Amino acid sequence: MNEVLKLHYDVDGENFTSAGDASVNVKKKLRQMGFSPDVIRRVSIAMYEGEINMVIHACGGEVDVFIYPEEIDIILADKGPGIADVELAMKEGYSTAPDNIRSLGFGAGMGLPNMKRYSDEMKIESKVGAGTKITMKVKVAGE
Amino acid sequence: MKISEIQQLLNADIICGGDFLDRDVYSACGSDMMSDVLAYVKDQGVLLTGLVNPQVVRTAEMMDMRCIVFVRNKLPNEEMVKLAEDNAMVLMATSKRMYEACGKLYCAGLVGKATAKSGAGNE
Repeated sequence: MNEVLKLHYDVDGENFTSAGDASVNVKKKLRQMGFSPDVIRRVSIAMYEGEINMVIHACGGEVDVFIYPEEIDIILADKGPGIADVELAMKEGYSTAPDNIRSLGFGAGMGLPNMKRYSDEMKIESKVGAGTKITMKVKVAGE
Repeated sequence: MKISEIQQLLNADIICGGDFLDRDVYSACGSDMMSDVLAYVKDQGVLLTGLVNPQVVRTAEMMDMRCIVFVRNKLPNEEMVKLAEDNAMVLMATSKRMYEACGKLYCAGLVGKATAKSGAGNE
């Protein structure tokens, strides 16, 4: 794969209002590059949920996006508390988000399932007390 | 359904995006949980919600939605209006409650058309 474009973002964990800024930026870049609306939406929603998760659970983190003609890779890395039981966290409706986050419209236990739903491949590497790294791939051909 | 029809059916006040009322929308979604909204892919939809914070506009932006209706007399703040204006989105507010607002639009032909997982590619 060639013609890679690499984007890097720092996600501010203190500011819920700005959560999503990086995803909006990626969405604009992909639109300029001429990707299909379906690919653009899948990438931006998957990354947006990841960004929101970082702000809710991990005091922020870093996102790297690699854009290839054939696929888009999104790597979200944080130094948060980690996920104790990844299988449980993947269940729709399961959430450890506090009530104040729920009152903002998140914490329905749909974040990780949505990230899996909109990506073609998703890998979670997490260590309790050390952090979480999530790698998502969205295929452009959409097989 | 034209966005102008939604405004009339709900007797709603336009907050911003008044130039885009002749646009068509084909589906709608009513929810106060943004993650639930994000779970369903829709085209050119309208979001009805009683939730007021900037992530509501962000969520609609991610879903390529064209219009947000705030129910129960909720009003967006300046920051939300700015975000919506930047994205050529219509914001409107109605005094109707969620159930009634959704019901009126549904009866007038704007059905939900939830297509969960369509375009997901891996399911």
